[in-house]
Amino acid sequence: MRPLTIGRLFLRCGVLALLLFVVVVIALKLGAVQVSLYGLGRDLIRVLLHQSAAISTDYGMIVVDIRLPRILLAVVVGASLSVAGTSFQALLRNPLADPYVLGISSGAAVGSIVALMIESQLAISPEYAGLMTPFGAFLGAAITIAAVYVLGRREGQIDSTTLLLGGVITASFLSSIIMFLMSTLAGSSFRGATYWMMGSLSSLPPKSLLYLLGIGFLVATGAIYTTASDLNLLLAGEKEAMHLGVDVPRVQIVVYLAASILTGLAVSVSGAIGYIGLLVPHAMRMIFGSDHRMLIPASALGGAIALVLADTIARTVVAPSELQVGAVTAIVGAPLFIYLLRKRLS
Amino acid sequence: MSTPIRTPLPSSSNFSDQPRGNPDLRLSVEQASYVYAPNPSQAPLFTLEALSFQAKPGEIVAILGPNASGKSTLLKLVAGTLQPLSGRIFLNGFPTYSLVPKVRAQRIAMVQQESRLLFPSRVWEFVLQGRHAHGHGVRFASEGDVTIAQNALAQVGASHLADRWMDKISGGEKQRVILARALSQQPLLLLLDEPTLHLDIGAQVDLLESLRRLAAENRYTVLVVTHELNLTGEYADQVVLLQKGKCLRVGPPASVFQRDLLEHVFQAPLTVEMTSSGRPRVTLFNKS
Repeated sequence: MRPLTIGRLFLRCGVLALLLFVVVVIALKLGAVQVSLYGLGRDLIRVLLHQSAAISTDYGMIVVDIRLPRILLAVVVGASLSVAGTSFQALLRNPLADPYVLGISSGAAVGSIVALMIESQLAISPEYAGLMTPFGAFLGAAITIAAVYVLGRREGQIDSTTLLLGGVITASFLSSIIMFLMSTLAGSSFRGATYWMMGSLSSLPPKSLLYLLGIGFLVATGAIYTTASDLNLLLAGEKEAMHLGVDVPRVQIVVYLAASILTGLAVSVSGAIGYIGLLVPHAMRMIFGSDHRMLIPASALGGAIALVLADTIARTVVAPSELQVGAVTAIVGAPLFIYLLRKRLS
Repeated sequence: MSTPIRTPLPSSSNFSDQPRGNPDLRLSVEQASYVYAPNPSQAPLFTLEALSFQAKPGEIVAILGPNASGKSTLLKLVAGTLQPLSGRIFLNGFPTYSLVPKVRAQRIAMVQQESRLLFPSRVWEFVLQGRHAHGHGVRFASEGDVTIAQNALAQVGASHLADRWMDKISGGEKQRVILARALSQQPLLLLLDEPTLHLDIGAQVDLLESLRRLAAENRYTVLVVTHELNLTGEYADQVVLLQKGKCLRVGPPASVFQRDLLEHVFQAPLTVEMTSSGRPRVTLFNKS
């Protein structure tokens, strides 16, 4: 018997954090413009000391003003999607649950677009108007999960296959809604339909939204983490968890709301990036086991690493042009999804 | 279950302040009944008529009856997951339905037929889950928890399985591990829902032998739902005989196991004889 201890938890998270740091440094270095490690370190220290004005070269400005914010965005979005995936897998008792596969990301995208449409009609200052998008995305995500949950229930039980099928159909339905909304808005300043459907980190959201994203991620992940032990028991079923002392409805509501917030925030700044919430939790489970006290922080860090890597590939493989990051994650994620599905059915 | 009612009991295992009743009477079912109805205007699908029985610490009570006799409903009522339509069910003087999930899990452990796992876990991880109700929030297993889990595994003779994967052990081994998890909850009341259903004869006898030993050693009150006549006759201290939602008889096996009564309840020709140990033994005949 070797139960998880706080020491081991911190050690493992420390290793993952170090790995994330290395990946971030590599991502900063790579791109259409090459920078030296020395220059990178010097410029980053200047940023930390609030001496950005002293950064002399154009190369330095590219790294600090363009690459760094984008990489930090990838860190938070990747972590959010991955924690959301872990949560949905536990909540729906389905190892193939993922915000993208179940159409939840598409729901959040529709919510974002509708919020964008409404906010352009309202006479409120742009600072506050910008916050309507993530709220719309949250509502879109929350409503979609509820719908998929109802679709996936058969005779009072969640049926795994029906749930996935319901999710896939919901996703395709919502994608056509996105296309429809986008075609009626042609010529406006809105980002295109592919942005929402495939996801991209190429356009940096306003600062107020970035703060909201960071704070929302910490609060929602913290809320999910308070239920980590309960989620371990919930995997065996609602009845069994209840007999072991889990307040099942409370845990479900906390995780449902928090995971909707995570998905909504991530989608409102980057569109529907797929498969991170599927790939990363599976990889982490293979390495660290399925204890959510370890799995949730590991998924957050792993999701950050995965999306920074994917975005770096998206930025660099066809430079100076670039790929949608969602295309990169789908190329890896979709085959893995099929593999896991077949393994599960056999 | 959405609005749990707080009970005045502390969450520790201190039961000295008993509000009512005889301290020897751990479980007291008093005129409890239940009705399943899709909605109030329609005729009920199933009715469990009011029934009463009591159980002391260390006693094994078998809830016996054919399919659809109300066995599982009675078990859920005792477990406190269903609210009785009328009557009350007390565990150490407290109505089981009004306990919050955590306190309930500290006092009542349920062993279900099978435990489906979404992701593989080790046997020791599974048994440690029984300690969940004794912790707070996100907690890490203490040395005490580990000791309790190890003892629970030892009590069911499954210490050697501790590091195995749950999906790589046999049905009988799994049943023992599920029982060990229930023991690590350190309950007062142990509920088992058809625990012998998927076990071969040897494993069935093993399980019931260990239940009898555990009930005696740990002073659990054990409630077993079953339709196994001979295992009930051999191992139960009390039998609650149900048929179509009616409680026909409560008492020791020797008084409940009467040929006419059992033939009527189980719709099968049979004979009952007493063994030298004073336990009834049932033999079934061919209907033709």
